[in-house]
Amino acid sequence: MGAAMAAPTHLGNLSSLGWLLPEILLGLAVVAIFLLDLVVEEKERLGDVALGVMAIAIVLITRLLWAGDRSLFENSVVVDGFGLYFKLLVGLAAFGAIWMSLGSREVRRTNQGEYWGILLASALGMMFMGSATNLLMAYLSLEFVSLTSYVLAGYKQGSRRAGEASLKYLIYGGVASGAMIYGMSWIYGLAGSLDFHAIHDALAGSPSGASLALFVALLLTLAGLGYKVAAFPFHAWAPDVYEGAPIPISGFLAVGSKAAGFALLIRFFFTALAHDGGAGAYQLVGGVSWDQLMLALSVLTMTFGNLAALNQQSNLKRLLAYSSIAHAGYVLMGLVVLTTDGLRAMLFYLAVYYVMNLGAFLVVMLVANSTGREDLDGFRGLAWRGGAWPAAAMAVFLFSLTGLPPLAGFVGKFYLFAAVVERKMYFLALAGVVNSVLSLFYYAKVVRTMFLEQPTGGEGAVTVDVHNGILLGVLVAATLVLGVAWSPLMDFADRSARFFLG
Amino acid sequence: MPTNPLTWMIFLPLLGAAVILCLPRDNHSLVKWTALAFTIPALLLAIAIYQGFDRTTAQMQYVTKIPWIPSFNIEYFVGIDGLSVTMVLLTALIAPICVLASWEIDKAPKAYFALFLVLIAAMMGVFCALDFFLFFVFWEVMLLPMYFLIGIWGGPRREYAAIKFFLYTMVGSVLMLIAMLALYFHNDPHTFDLLKLAEARSTYSSTFQSLAWLALFVGFAIKIPAFPFHTWLPDAHVEAPTAISVILAGVLLKMGTYGILRVNFPILPEGTLRYAFWLLAALGTWNIVYGALCAMAQKDLKKLIAYSSISHMGYVMFGMASLTAEGIDGAVLQMFNHGTVTAMLFLLVGVIYDRAHHRNIDGFGGLASIMPVYTAWVALAFFAAMGLPGLSAFISEVLVLLGGWRNYPGLTAVAASAVVLTAGYMLWAMQRVYLGKPNEKYLSLPDINLREIATLVPLGIIVIVLGVYPHAILDLIDTSLQHLNGTVLAAGKAAGAVASAASGVAAH
Repeated sequence: MGAAMAAPTHLGNLSSLGWLLPEILLGLAVVAIFLLDLVVEEKERLGDVALGVMAIAIVLITRLLWAGDRSLFENSVVVDGFGLYFKLLVGLAAFGAIWMSLGSREVRRTNQGEYWGILLASALGMMFMGSATNLLMAYLSLEFVSLTSYVLAGYKQGSRRAGEASLKYLIYGGVASGAMIYGMSWIYGLAGSLDFHAIHDALAGSPSGASLALFVALLLTLAGLGYKVAAFPFHAWAPDVYEGAPIPISGFLAVGSKAAGFALLIRFFFTALAHDGGAGAYQLVGGVSWDQLMLALSVLTMTFGNLAALNQQSNLKRLLAYSSIAHAGYVLMGLVVLTTDGLRAMLFYLAVYYVMNLGAFLVVMLVANSTGREDLDGFRGLAWRGGAWPAAAMAVFLFSLTGLPPLAGFVGKFYLFAAVVERKMYFLALAGVVNSVLSLFYYAKVVRTMFLEQPTGGEGAVTVDVHNGILLGVLVAATLVLGVAWSPLMDFADRSARFFLG
Repeated sequence: MPTNPLTWMIFLPLLGAAVILCLPRDNHSLVKWTALAFTIPALLLAIAIYQGFDRTTAQMQYVTKIPWIPSFNIEYFVGIDGLSVTMVLLTALIAPICVLASWEIDKAPKAYFALFLVLIAAMMGVFCALDFFLFFVFWEVMLLPMYFLIGIWGGPRREYAAIKFFLYTMVGSVLMLIAMLALYFHNDPHTFDLLKLAEARSTYSSTFQSLAWLALFVGFAIKIPAFPFHTWLPDAHVEAPTAISVILAGVLLKMGTYGILRVNFPILPEGTLRYAFWLLAALGTWNIVYGALCAMAQKDLKKLIAYSSISHMGYVMFGMASLTAEGIDGAVLQMFNHGTVTAMLFLLVGVIYDRAHHRNIDGFGGLASIMPVYTAWVALAFFAAMGLPGLSAFISEVLVLLGGWRNYPGLTAVAASAVVLTAGYMLWAMQRVYLGKPNEKYLSLPDINLREIATLVPLGIIVIVLGVYPHAILDLIDTSLQHLNGTVLAAGKAAGAVASAASGVAAH
């Protein structure tokens, strides 16, 4: 690290190791936790270890920000601004999920040591998803994340819903990744390489005669990536999995897994199937207008997510699952426009989405901790039965998800819409804002239940302990602060919206 | 320390909200006095601004411009001209009155007054903002406190009314967002500065002007509220607590007409000329007549006044549509006058509702002999609302009609005849509630108390003073508004749009 300017930017296997310290640390920690699990009686201590390791990993990632771009392991993964941004995001998501897990009653009850190891392993996989530049590496990291997620989703022992969640996740995941690897094999056949840049060069250099084949290949590949970000029509697992999984894991899947999925999706499409044509606008290669495909995907995803959420009456986690589908649709808008502005808007949005969505899951967990309930009725009159602060925090998160100023979610949506309007895609902008209004219906329904309705007496008291209170405070503060002073984060996203192409 | 009084007027209430949240929960009177203490300085500053305001220039005054998000060229840019100064005065005046009118709130007063102060800050911000992004943020920030204030402290159907208000306004504002971004990217370098956007008015193509104008208009029309976007208003008014109705009718509705004058008129003059007849004049007239007819049919006194607001805001639209010196002055004066008069009306309805716990027009009778002082105030407010000569609203309505006559004589005839309808529903309601044989049930009702009178006195004085000396406000607004009117007409001439304006929107 801290290499001189003249140092090579493409590193071989051994010299790459120094650039992967965060990942190596996580890998060692996973093994260590599994071993410690054999001797440690109080499994929560392993959670503390995981938390500490995650914190150190985040610091290590931060240090790489100033070290320059590198391509590692014979062009399998890169360390660049874009990848580091997502590594940080995933790291923070995992940190939040571990913190939440330590304060979660349902996780504490299982008292399993390997939970923490698998959580770290999942984060490790997500970090590789953000930096993979090779189809094989991309597939391996995605599968690694999937496998760990299946286990985590089914962690509530003795719960039929958890088992169902895990099984559904597995089956959908199996089909999606099967389709994806089939699509990848077509791409390999067309381009003769698994390397993103080589694919780009091959497609750019070849006549567009094979565009139908490429189109099919992309559709198949999208199945796997769309599944990870929960985009329509590959979303069907999300509501069941979010409902059945422990709440910290639902939150982790909603923010971390989605961010990692987008990282891979964006890098693949922007570096293998397009290139920067100057002035911040990307040019497509290969003769397939995949931006139109993304346009359809975006509009369908947000509309479906919101309409389905409207019908969702009872379980808050299901509601947030549909909402997370809708948000995948908003983020996809940034892909459609094929500009650096759209790119940085996506990066920015995924960061604020992390803050507000994890916050919403945290409040759901607080209520579940105290009352064991996750349904809307469990929130009735929350503000009037001692839960004024969690209720106020929830209102902040939900209105932020709606996209109202002066909250972070508004700024995120503002930049996405700005990128869309800049390209004069008024139809897409209109679809986006109409969907925002739609989403107000169901977000406001939760707020109404908490504030406008009176408790009927059977809901039980909600208390906030210090441990969860700290995280809640941080997330609320971040949602508010990023709503008025977002320049530093935007500058960071702007700096990160570039790929290392070697 | 910021030296601009506008900055203080915007952020002092926010500070007040933060202070109130830190106060002890059960000391209600401390909370109320704190709320009052944080609204009085703005009123004093408003009086100072009234004194110091330069009436001879159409330039922005009390300007502050600080970069907020430099990378996107977003600025904290505030300032006022003759158009906004009246609205700033109105907001500063209504705020402490509403605190006094909320004195009896005993359900979670901390939250109530904190939200109330946020609402005041947001409205003040809308009227001061000269950066479109800043304007939009304040415009939206206003939604949340309003939603909770109606939804938690409102009447029986408060949940429905609150969400209806929220959804209607949000539909409008998202369209505004798209138009705002389109304007931003149309200019190079990209800017949200409303003054720069207006300077570039000749560069917007005809289609662009039309579409942007319509998108913005829908956003503002929902707020006015113009037919057919008005249906949220009666619900919101009926369910809202008294002070919130006062704010809603007194200040909030003006944000709609203010927005049209601040954004649509100077930035999109060609669109303004194109749609002035159908969407401002004709729709305004329809608002006048429709609102009056609906008011006549109401059984609930508060709903009657809500519909009368729709009717009176029609005059504002009609006046600005005339694009004449009198009409546009009359429109802005009417905005101010309606703010004071309708605030009085809602305060007076609140007084009777607090005592009888209903507002059924047919459920009273003969209140004049039971509550004589109260009835005297009612008479003043009702006559003012009717547009009786000698009271403020008369002047502004006459100016609007005078201006309208020059361009739309037919519509003016309709609008003027609607005054009869106004007198009809006002006098009829007055007769049923206050005159006649006293209702046995209410013989023991106490008359209006000192606190309630205190809320009415400043408004009453303004209503009478402006009735005989309208120049107190007209001098303030005239220069800016004539300049604004001039830019619209000049742009029309330049674009040759005069000929195409079939209705004969005049620039001759």
